[in-house]
Amino acid sequence: MAKKERLKVRQQAAAERTKNFDEVPFGYDDSEAADEASRCLQCKNPTCIEGCPVNINIKEFIRQLSAGDKAGAIKTIKQSNSLPAVCGRVCPQETQCEAKCVLLKTGQPINIGALERYAADWEAANLKTEAPKIKPVTGADGKQIKVAIAGSGPAGLTVAGELAKLGYKAVIFEALHLAGGVLVYGIPEFRLPKAIVKREVEYLKLLGVEIETNVLVGKSYTIDDLFADGFSAVFIGVGAGTPSFMNIPGENYKGVYSSNEFLTRMNLLKAYKFPEYDTPVKLGKKVAVVGAGNVAMDAARVSKRFKGVEEVHIIYRRSDKEMPARREEIEHAKEEGIIMDLLTNPVQVLADENGFVSAIKCVKMTLCEPDASGRCSVKAIAGSEFTIEVDNVIPALGTKANELLTTNVKGLKLNRRGYIEADPETGETSIPGIFAGGDISTGAATVIAAMGAGKKSAAAIDRYLKKNISA
Amino acid sequence: MYKITLKRQLTKDIKLMGILAPHVVRNAKAGNFVIVIPGETGERVPLTIYDWDKESGVVYIIFQEVGVSTVKLGMMNEGDFVYSIAGPLGRHFHIEKYGNVVVVGGGVGVPAIFPIARALRDAGNSVTSITGFRTSELSILEKEMKSVSDAVIVATNDGSSGTKGLVTDALKALYDKGGKIDLVVAVGPVVMMKAVSELTKQLGIKTIVSLNALMLDGTGMCGGCRVTIGDKVKFSCVDGPDFDGHLVDFNELTSRLSAFKAEEKISLDHCKIHLAGR
Ligand SMILES: Cc1cc2nc3c(=O)[nH]c(=O)nc-3n(C[C@H](O)[C@H](O)[C@H](O)COP(=O)(O)OP(=O)(O)OC[C@H]3O[C@@H](n4cnc5c(N)ncnc54)[C@H](O)[C@@H]3O)c2cc1C
Ligand SMILES: Cc1cc2nc3c(=O)[nH]c(=O)nc-3n(C[C@H](O)[C@H](O)[C@H](O)COP(=O)(O)OP(=O)(O)OC[C@H]3O[C@@H](n4cnc5c(N)ncnc54)[C@H](O)[C@@H]3O)c2cc1C
Ligand code: FES
Repeated sequence: MAKKERLKVRQQAAAERTKNFDEVPFGYDDSEAADEASRCLQCKNPTCIEGCPVNINIKEFIRQLSAGDKAGAIKTIKQSNSLPAVCGRVCPQETQCEAKCVLLKTGQPINIGALERYAADWEAANLKTEAPKIKPVTGADGKQIKVAIAGSGPAGLTVAGELAKLGYKAVIFEALHLAGGVLVYGIPEFRLPKAIVKREVEYLKLLGVEIETNVLVGKSYTIDDLFADGFSAVFIGVGAGTPSFMNIPGENYKGVYSSNEFLTRMNLLKAYKFPEYDTPVKLGKKVAVVGAGNVAMDAARVSKRFKGVEEVHIIYRRSDKEMPARREEIEHAKEEGIIMDLLTNPVQVLADENGFVSAIKCVKMTLCEPDASGRCSVKAIAGSEFTIEVDNVIPALGTKANELLTTNVKGLKLNRRGYIEADPETGETSIPGIFAGGDISTGAATVIAAMGAGKKSAAAIDRYLKKNISA
Repeated sequence: MYKITLKRQLTKDIKLMGILAPHVVRNAKAGNFVIVIPGETGERVPLTIYDWDKESGVVYIIFQEVGVSTVKLGMMNEGDFVYSIAGPLGRHFHIEKYGNVVVVGGGVGVPAIFPIARALRDAGNSVTSITGFRTSELSILEKEMKSVSDAVIVATNDGSSGTKGLVTDALKALYDKGGKIDLVVAVGPVVMMKAVSELTKQLGIKTIVSLNALMLDGTGMCGGCRVTIGDKVKFSCVDGPDFDGHLVDFNELTSRLSAFKAEEKISLDHCKIHLAGR
């Protein structure tokens, strides 16, 4: 048994970090990383690897780190995961690799996420990125075979990287003005610095990937246009990004932002630097975020950091233990002084005479016995209405399928909820040559799941092209 | 980066710009819009596509300088590059043979009705255009509207050119003259679209308006552009911007357009101080 305890990652103190947008955890230094790596038991049967959606050889990279072979460690990771600096920071390791670590039963699993981040950051600081020599795959006409990718989130970026390494010309079309999907518009700077996303995108360019921003597939170019332009296959990775609202009265008052709108203003358009940046966001002293998932925690923690904001509430209709966000994020939010109004459900947004939000009216809820699925249902307590004075309401209630592209493609099969029906092992859709993956086929999930789908799709696209196109 | 190929001053604060953007032009249709970011720290600004040239890949926009983003855009010149332009966005105007159509444009709504009038006429409709301005100096696109309409009526509030009065007065007069009107299309300030819709509701004429809700991404991702149409909430960037004028909650739209009034002023002042310092 390992004697030492899991080494905590040093982080900015709560009182300090709520005044800035800098990254919260500092990450391990060299000796911390070596110490934590040395706790690994190097199991004969490393179950952690099964817990990783892309099966990184975790045992090996940790062994390399404990032996001081950092270059070897990052190479091992990158064989399975092209975005380790991102995943080390945002993956829910506690339900994946670390949940399978044999040390979990001692309560002290290896901090695999922090080690992955360490290896990736070490590489960025110490190694020069070089473009590998890749032999282009050509078609009957002697030209390099081209694949079009709609969307530059983790799914699209992964497909592009994998295909480029195989020798295909991968061209990503992104609707927004920056590449990265949720990594740039959703996840805040203090959890995932944008410079890291930019670095990963630059690496893809070095591999020969082309990125055309401001292009909406289905609008600027239809899928038919892309095939007509000589693309031999198309991958759709446009994400799930359409926000859900509460459908309660007063939701269109000024000061109500969907979490997507709020985070996009802040992260993509840098409203926290207004007026240096032109995009504004208007927050008063008190902000209420509705919902308790990761997105809600992000919205609450961003609000807390905005100047002038004094009080931030999370309003959630169930109790603490049902909160769907990562424990770590919930703890971070609590440390930062976010008020948790649990077993509370909004029924109406109220406004002042000018139409700006003034309060949110809620009811108290009670949990009933768990149903067959084990989940407790909730019921409003009659007569328990009360109001919380707030200046802003931010519903963070999940997303629906973005239909901008999907409804513009004839013959593309969608499921009941509007997501693309794609084979989870290959990304194949109802149309040959069109593949899909990530949130637009699974519904909102995780970065690593989108990357996993991208990897499988890239392999399937390669097989499809070898069979149908390449010379 | 996208090159500005043409810049023309139409009135004191209204400018026409051509921007090289083949990706916007390829499938552009009447009623679509673009989102422009003037410079790297800029806002995403929605502007209607006024015209486009398939051959050269140039898209044309006409905008009025009202705040920081349009002022910054207006300072750019031929040969400069805008940071970004995305499009074509929104559903295009549904073109079919309606019969007698009246298109009504107010101020910088006129550039929006130009391609719609053209497409309607190409589809065999008889098109009467009514354009409205406060005064003759602010009048734009008269010649262009004539080229795509069977008849053009210019209305100015002060009577300094064309007929005196509001576009609704001109529309009412046209109706009173007796000709059958099968469809009215109105684009302009919210008050104007509201007034036209109220009038045509009384007269029983189907009316389509193009809503200018505040927008952010323009791809249906943020919901900031939500508007109430009948009893439904719609996102104007993807479900619109065209809606049945008789169902639009104009009061809500007016209110939501003022969400950032205070910030808009701070932003413009900040920009002016910056310019003065240069
Ligand atoms: C605030 C927030 C926090 C999150 N935190 C975490 C976390 O900590 N850990 C984690 O694992 N997951 C997290 N997630 C979930 C994770 O980010 C997503 O599951 C993942 O990004 C999905 O990847 P994707 O490639 O499928 O789509 P996205 O990342 O959504 O990217 C899709 C891209 O496609 C573009 N697009 C859309 N339509 C078109 C079109 N027609 N043409 C061209 N481009 C188009 C979009 O602009 C976007 O850039 C979070 C999500 C949010 C919103
Ligand atoms: C689909 C669509 C198409 C549009 N087409 C055109 C066009 O072809 N030409 C054109 O000049 N403008 C058009 N607009 C309006 C244009 O987007 C705004 O004028 C612009 O965003 C103002 O930005 P700003 O920073 O310069 O001014 P701000 O500082 O943001 O605002 C200054 C003033 O303009 C008002 N304003 C801001 N946004 C809007 C808006 N969306 N609609 C009406 N008033 C607004 C504000 O209330 C304020 O009084 C369109 C808007 C939409 C949504
Ligand atoms: S502008 Fe964001 S959804 Fe319409």
